[in-house]
Amino acid sequence: MGAQLRVYKRRIRSVTATKKITKAMEMIAASRVVKAMRKVSASTPYAQELTRAVTAVGTGSTTKHPLTTEAENPTRAAVLLLTSDRGLAGAFNSNAIKAAEQLTARLEGEGKQVDAYIVGRRGVAHYNFRERKVAESWTGFTDEPSYADAKTVAAPLIEAIQKDTADGGVDELHIVYTEFVSMMTQTATGSRLLPLRLEEVAEETAKKDEILPLYDFEPSAEDVLDALLPRYVESRIYNALLQSAASKHAATRRAMKSATDNAGELIDNLARLANAARQAEITQEISEIVGGASALADATAGSDK
Amino acid sequence: MAAELHVELVAADRQVWSGEATLVVARTTSGDIGVMPGHQPLLGVLESGPVTIRTSEGGTVIAAVHGGFISFADNKLSLLAEIAELSEEIDVQHVQRELERAKAEGDAHAERRAEVRLRAATAS
Repeated sequence: MGAQLRVYKRRIRSVTATKKITKAMEMIAASRVVKAMRKVSASTPYAQELTRAVTAVGTGSTTKHPLTTEAENPTRAAVLLLTSDRGLAGAFNSNAIKAAEQLTARLEGEGKQVDAYIVGRRGVAHYNFRERKVAESWTGFTDEPSYADAKTVAAPLIEAIQKDTADGGVDELHIVYTEFVSMMTQTATGSRLLPLRLEEVAEETAKKDEILPLYDFEPSAEDVLDALLPRYVESRIYNALLQSAASKHAATRRAMKSATDNAGELIDNLARLANAARQAEITQEISEIVGGASALADATAGSDK
Repeated sequence: MAAELHVELVAADRQVWSGEATLVVARTTSGDIGVMPGHQPLLGVLESGPVTIRTSEGGTVIAAVHGGFISFADNKLSLLAEIAELSEEIDVQHVQRELERAKAEGDAHAERRAEVRLRAATAS
């Protein structure tokens, strides 16, 4: 076998192995998307009821609460960025990081100091590499976040927002995550979580003609709101974590699918080149034999004379 | 047919139980509260404790609930809990072990949680 042909054969073998791996990763990601989507829908009833309750308290009482009232002069904001622990997901992480940077730039343009809170090793690595300050970070659960994970993420954020700005607290809480629109579309979005805009929350949940009943609060509207809002934040963060996980798996699936397709194409091309190399080799051998034979024939013809 | 109310018991990550009931007893921060059909709209903070639901078929469903809210309006009752378990889902031996461990470690929070679950499991 010729050297050229041997090189092609070796490359085909290695690409085939890679293709097998990416194919397997694609299938794993596909099954995980379904699982993550199921988790998103399983958490929906709780989130819905909670949002309804928050709306009810917010609109049904005149209570003022640090988590719903806007600071007159917001000077510090916290940005929570959700990325994944692992790459191989196309532009998933860079899109989320880009969205976070745009939001940070906008907030800084408004004269606010921005504290970064990051979930996921990729985001942490990005910030560390650029030697930016990270207020707090969490890793290790982005593939399958549980409610307990959401609680650990939410705890320091809630604490920061309840503190006075002078003591290192923040006035606003923004969250940047990748929204799972469909299997094909995932968009990185940034939104303000706190202070709560009750009108927006009400619009999201209430049907147009629904009038919320006048609730009796047990023990009191303030206490209910006190207990309700941290849970609301946790539930929103949990939902964002789940959507981000689902988006990550969908992005991985898509990236791995195109990797598999590319590997297939590469194998086809290499096979064609290998065939041409083999054919060239055969042609050369034939012409060598023919050339050799005719040279021999010429030589014997010459000696006969 | 007796008047009934629709109950949804949801935990943060799943729906635990839903159905029709005639009476629901839950523990709020200001004491036990019983809700029957036609109750005034209510929103309360739950303590961790057992929730008793008397279903319209005459059965009783008991669940251990750890923190959360009760909200009632339009004959629809929602119990929102971070963690909620039906009594038949609770493994008594496992909880007993947990209780002992919590006592040994002096973790009052875990101890209380285990006690609530144990009570819910043995009540039915």
